[in-house]
Amino acid sequence: MGYMAALKVWRGDAGSGALTDYKVEVNEGEVVLDVLHRLQATQAGDLALRWNCKAGKCGSCSMEINGRPRLGCMTRMSTFDPADTLTITPMRTFPVIRDLVTDVSFNYAKARSIPSFTPDPSIKPGEFRMQQEDVNRSQEFRKCIECYLCQNTCHVIRDHAENEAPFAGPRFLMRVAELEMHPCDEADRRDIAQDDFGLGYCNITKCCTEVCPEHIKITDNALIPLKERVAGHKYDPLVWLGSKISRRPAKAGTPAVPGKR
Amino acid sequence: MTQVSDAPARTRAQISERTLRKDRWWQAPVVVVTLLTIWLTYATVRVFTGHWYYVPKYHYLTPFYSPCVSGECVPGSSTLGHWIPAIPPIIPYAFVSLVFVLGFRLTCYYYRRAYYRAFWQSPPSCAVREPHAKYTGETRFPLIMQNLHRYFFYVVIVISVLNTWDVAQAFRGPDGNFGFGLGSLIMLANVVLLWCYTLSCHSCRHITGGRLKHFSRHPIRYWAWTKVSWLNARHMQLAWTTLGTLMLTDLYIMLVASGAISDLRFFN
Amino acid sequence: MSSTEIERHSYDVVVIGAGGSGLRAAIEARARGKKTAIISKSLFGKAHTVMAEGGAAAAMGNVNPNDNWQVHFRDTMRGGKFLNNPRMAELHAKEAPDRVWELEAWGALFDRTKDGKISQRNFGGHEYPRLAHVGDRTGLEMIRTLQQRVVALQQADSAELGDPEAMIRVFAETTITRLVKDGTGAPRIAGAFGYFRDTGRFVLFEAPTVVLATGGIGRTFKVTSNSWEYSGDGHALALLAGADLINMEFVQFHPTGMVWPPSVRGILVTESVRGDGGVLRNSEGNRFMFDYVPDVFRAQYAETEEEADRWYTDPDHNRRPPELLPRDEVARSINSEIKAGRGSPHGGVFLDIASRRPAEEILRRLPSMYHQFIELADVDITKQPMEIGPTCHYVMGGVEVDPDTAATDVPGLFAAGEVSGGMHGSNRLGGNSLSDLLVFGKRAGEGAAEYVDSLSGPRPAASAASVDAAVAEALAPLERAEGENPYTVHGELQQTMNDLVGLIRRETEVKQALTELEKFRERAARVSVPGGRAYNPGWHVALDLRNMLLVAECVAQAALERQESRGGHTREDYPAMSAEWRKVNLVCALTGDTVSLTRKPLPAMRLDLLALFETAELKKYMTEEELAGIAPPSAPSADAVSEEGH
Ligand SMILES: Cc1cc2nc3c(=O)[nH]c(=O)nc-3n(C[C@H](O)[C@H](O)[C@H](O)COP(=O)(O)OP(=O)(O)OC[C@H]3O[C@@H](n4cnc5c(N)ncnc54)[C@H](O)[C@@H]3O)c2cc1C
Ligand code: SF4
Ligand code: SF4
Ligand code: FES
Ligand code: FES
Repeated sequence: MGYMAALKVWRGDAGSGALTDYKVEVNEGEVVLDVLHRLQATQAGDLALRWNCKAGKCGSCSMEINGRPRLGCMTRMSTFDPADTLTITPMRTFPVIRDLVTDVSFNYAKARSIPSFTPDPSIKPGEFRMQQEDVNRSQEFRKCIECYLCQNTCHVIRDHAENEAPFAGPRFLMRVAELEMHPCDEADRRDIAQDDFGLGYCNITKCCTEVCPEHIKITDNALIPLKERVAGHKYDPLVWLGSKISRRPAKAGTPAVPGKR
Repeated sequence: MTQVSDAPARTRAQISERTLRKDRWWQAPVVVVTLLTIWLTYATVRVFTGHWYYVPKYHYLTPFYSPCVSGECVPGSSTLGHWIPAIPPIIPYAFVSLVFVLGFRLTCYYYRRAYYRAFWQSPPSCAVREPHAKYTGETRFPLIMQNLHRYFFYVVIVISVLNTWDVAQAFRGPDGNFGFGLGSLIMLANVVLLWCYTLSCHSCRHITGGRLKHFSRHPIRYWAWTKVSWLNARHMQLAWTTLGTLMLTDLYIMLVASGAISDLRFFN
Repeated sequence: MSSTEIERHSYDVVVIGAGGSGLRAAIEARARGKKTAIISKSLFGKAHTVMAEGGAAAAMGNVNPNDNWQVHFRDTMRGGKFLNNPRMAELHAKEAPDRVWELEAWGALFDRTKDGKISQRNFGGHEYPRLAHVGDRTGLEMIRTLQQRVVALQQADSAELGDPEAMIRVFAETTITRLVKDGTGAPRIAGAFGYFRDTGRFVLFEAPTVVLATGGIGRTFKVTSNSWEYSGDGHALALLAGADLINMEFVQFHPTGMVWPPSVRGILVTESVRGDGGVLRNSEGNRFMFDYVPDVFRAQYAETEEEADRWYTDPDHNRRPPELLPRDEVARSINSEIKAGRGSPHGGVFLDIASRRPAEEILRRLPSMYHQFIELADVDITKQPMEIGPTCHYVMGGVEVDPDTAATDVPGLFAAGEVSGGMHGSNRLGGNSLSDLLVFGKRAGEGAAEYVDSLSGPRPAASAASVDAAVAEALAPLERAEGENPYTVHGELQQTMNDLVGLIRRETEVKQALTELEKFRERAARVSVPGGRAYNPGWHVALDLRNMLLVAECVAQAALERQESRGGHTREDYPAMSAEWRKVNLVCALTGDTVSLTRKPLPAMRLDLLALFETAELKKYMTEEELAGIAPPSAPSADAVSEEGH
C-alpha cells in the first residue's frame, strides 16, 4: 500500500533558504511527521524539525503544509492525493532558526507580559471552591497546547510585523479572557487588554479559530466576549452610569503590565 | 529560543509566494462579495422605490418600510402613526429604523468578519497575505466605532417588537378579524428568524450572562446564557438566512401589492 | 565563533528538566532565595509531563471521604509489590493533597465535584476515586500551571529587581551532556555542561547543586508511549557523575497503547478509559481479565461481570472490576491472550467503551482520546472498540535518593520525578507519577537550597580537564568523516531491547541482549553525522546514544540478575514472586567504562506503617523471618526505626 510521495521541504536558515525536492516512502496510516522522520533517517540526517508527543498534545510540530498551518503529527497523508507534491514550510510569522524550526520566543515574551492569576490572598490552598459551570469557560481555553499556530496565522502580525509590539496575539488575548473568566481571579485586565495587548487590532476574522488544532473557539468564546467586556467597561455609558449609581465595590483594579517601561 | 546573547539577528523564512495554499481559498470571499452585492442592490432599489410596500387589504407591511412614519406613507401602514411630515423621496420612509438595522448589521461581529475578509481582503483567507501595507484594525476611528454594536442591539430589540406587531397585523383578514394567507406565514417565518438572529448576537450573549464571573450565583441568567450561546453558535447561518427571508418577504409583498400576483389565502 | 568557545552562567541551583518535577523544584529553590536555572531539551512547556492524561493521585477524600493517606500508602505499596521505599511512599501519600491544592492556588482549574471541590476519578490499583483531573489532559494543566507560576515569579522579580530573569531563568532547547565536578578536594558537583540546540554553542552552568528531573528512558524501546526526550539522560548523567541507579529492571509496560496504524503504535490510551467503564475483550468477545486475577489481589476484585458492573455506581458494596488491576497484571494478561491466538486483527486486544457508556458521556470524559482515535486511526470510540496492546511507558528504576531531601550519594546532586528510583517499587500505579513529581520536586528544591546554605568556603569549581573532555566528547560525531548513521543504530537498539528485554524476559534472550549491547557500543563510537552544529537532529541523536546504551545495559543486567517475576519485571523462567528477592534492591553503578551491579537490602518499613496491613496480606510478600521480626505489635525494634531514613 506504500507509495513514494513527492515532497518540497523548505531548507535553510536565517540567511537564506529554498524549497528542496525529495521522494519519500509513505505507508498506510502515516502522518506528515512520520514521512519527515523517514526523510530525516534516510536522506537528510540534519533536517531540523520539532516534535515530542506525536499525538497532538504538546504543540511542538507546528509547520505549514501546502500553505496551511498545521500540526505535522495530526495531518494524515491519506488526506492528500498521492500524485500531488506536498509543500512543507516553517511557520512564516516567526524568525526561522533552521529548516522547519522557528524562533518562537515572541510568544514567551508575550506570555510574560500578561498579569498572572490574582486570587483573593485570604483564601488558603485547599479552600478554593468553584462550581463546574464557573470553570467550564476558562477550561476550554486551558486546553491550549501552545502550538502557536494561531499566532502564526493571525494576519495582524503575519502580514504586519510592525504590530508585534502592540499586539499580544490570539493565544495571549485568550489568556487574558481565561483569567477574566476565572471564578477566583480578582484583577481587572479590561483596560490593559485594549491599551497594552492590542485587542482592538483583532478584526475577528477568525483565522485563529480555523487553525487551532484543539478546536478552541478562540474568536467566539474568548476574543469577542473580551471585546464585549471592554466595550461594556470603556464604551458603554449605561454601564458606566449604572456602576455610579449602584456603587458596587470595585474589583481589585487594573494591575500594572509586567515589564512595561 | 534566543538565549544566546550574541546570536545573529534572525529573520523570517524568505518565501515570496503570497500563499502556498493549493485549495480554492478565494472561493469563499467571491461568494460573499457576490451575495452581499446582490442583496444590497436589491435592498437599495426597494428602499428608494417608494411604492408596493403595503398591502392594505391584508395589512402586510414589508419590513423595509417599518415603521412607516413618514407623512408620505400609505394611510394605515404604520401603527405608530405618521408623525413626520412628508419627506423628499431620497430619504427612505422607514429611515428611523433603517439607520439602526443597517448599523446593527454593519457592526455585527459576523458581518464584520465577512466584509473585512471579502471586501477589504484583510485577510482574504487564512494564511494568504493581505494587500495592505499598514494595518491598525479596530483601534482607531472610524473602526473603533464598532464597539457601539451594543447600542444598535438595544434599538433593534425595539424594532423587532415593531416587526412582530406588523406580523400580528398581518394575521387580520380584510374584515379586520382573524385571517391569514401565505404572506402572513412568510412574514411570521421572517420575524421568528429575525428574533433568532437578534438574540444570537454576541452583545446579547454578553448581556444575558457572558459578563458574569460566577454563573453558579445566577442560575436563571446562566440558563439564558446557555440558550443564547446555543443560538450564537449559529449566528453566521442566521445572518445569511435572515438576509434571504427579508428579501423574500419584501419580494412577496411587493408582488402582491403591485398586483402581479394575488395572495394565497388560507383563512379569511 | 570558535568551535570550543563556551558560554558560562553561574547559579545556585541548576534544575535539569522542565517537567512537573523540575519546575516544582525550581519554584521551591527560588522561593528559598536561590538563583535558579531551569534547563530543558525541548521548548518551555513541552516536557513529557504535558502528555499525562489521567490525573494526579492525592488522598483528598473529596469524592469518597473514607480516603486518607494511609489508604493511599497501602495502595502504593501493593501496586509496587512491597518493593517501594516505604518512606518515599509515606511522604508521597501524606503530602500529595497539599501539593495539588497548591496548584489550585496558582490558577489550575481541575474538574469539580458538586460541592465545588476538586473532583477525583477511579484508576487502576487505587481503592477510592483519587485522581484529581481535568478531562483527560491533566498533565497539560499541571505543566501549564507550573509554567505560569514560574512566569508569575519572574514578573515579581521584574517589578522588584528590574529583571525578570534575575532569580529564575529558563534555558529552553538546551541539552546537558555532562555533569562536572569540583576539580579540587572532595568530589562534589560543580555544574553542568551542555549545548544550545539552536546554535550548537556550548554552555557551562557553574553551580554547587544540580537537580536531575529529566524523566524516563522509553526511547530505548521500540514500542513506547514516550517521546524522543526520553533517552535516559538523567540516569546516564547520574551514573557518569558517580551516583547509583536502583531497580532498573522494573520497566512499566502500559497495557493500553495504540497498535494500529503502525506509525502510531505505542501511543498511549489512557487508563481512564477503563476507570470510566471501558472493558477488555478478546477476539471471542470474552472479558478475559476475570481469568487473570492473581491470588494476592483475589480479595479486592470482582469475580463476576455483574458485580464488576455494579461497582461503578456502588463501590462500597461491590468489588472492583479486574480491568482495574495494576498495570503489570493487565499488560501480562493481554500479552497472554494475544499469544494464545485470541488477539485482535492488528495484534492487540479490544478495549470497548462504546457499548458501555453513552456517546455524550464518552465525549465529555475522554475528549482527547476521542480526538486521538478519530484523527489518527479513523476509529470512533463512541461507536467502535479500540485495538490496544502493551507499550513501554515508565521506568520505576532510577537514581537512588534520600527520601526526605532527594539527595543522591554525590554531594550537590539531587534527583526527582521519573528519573529517581524507589518510590514506586516494582510497579507504579497510574496517577502516582504526577503527584510524585510535585511532592519530591518540592523536596528536591528544598534539599538543594539547604545544601547551598550549608556550603562554606569557596564554591566548587568545575575542573578544566573535565570541561575539555566534555567538549571533545560532544564534537566527536561531527568530526568523524566516515561512519554509521546514528538513526540506524538507534532504530536497531530499540528493536533489540523491545525483542529481548521487553515485557516478558528469558535468561537466554537477556544474555543475547547484553552481547548485542556490546556491539552497539562499538557502533555508537563510530557514528558520524553530516551538517553543522546548528539545530542538527542527527548530531543530537548521536549524542543521546551514549545515554541510551548505559541505561539499556543497566536494565539488561538487572533483568538478568533478578530471578523472579514482580511488577514491571516478568521472567518467563522464574514466573513466581519470591519473598527472598523482595528484600533486595539491585544497584547499578559505573566504574570507569563498566556498568556493574550490586545487591543492597531494601530499606525496611517502620512498624507503624507495617501495622497498616493485615498480617495475612504481608504473608503473601514477606519471608518467615521478616514476619517473625514484626510479630510483637508494640515496642518498635530499634533497627527498624533507624532504617527509616534511607
Ligand atoms: C502518554 C503518557 C501519559 C501519562 N499519564 C500519566 C497520568 O495520567 N498520571 C500520572 O501520574 N503519570 C502519567 N504519566 C507519567 C508521567 O507523565 C511522567 O512520569 C512524568 O511526567 C515525568 O515527569 P518528570 O518531571 O520526571 O519529567 P518530564 O516531564 O519528562 O520532563 C523531563 C524534562 O527533562 C528535560 N531533559 C531531559 N534530558 C535532558 C538533558 N539531557 N538536558 C536538558 N534537559 C533534559 C526534558 O527536556 C524535559 O523538560 C504519563 C506518561 C505518558 C508518556
Ligand atoms: S480573529 Fe482576531 S486574533 Fe484571531 S486571527 Fe483574526 S484578527 Fe487575529
Ligand atoms: S489557541 Fe489553539 S492554535 Fe493557538 S496556541 Fe493554543 S492550541 Fe495552538
Ligand atoms: S508532536 Fe506533539 S503536537 Fe505534534
Ligand atoms: S448581531 Fe451579529 S454579533 Fe451582534
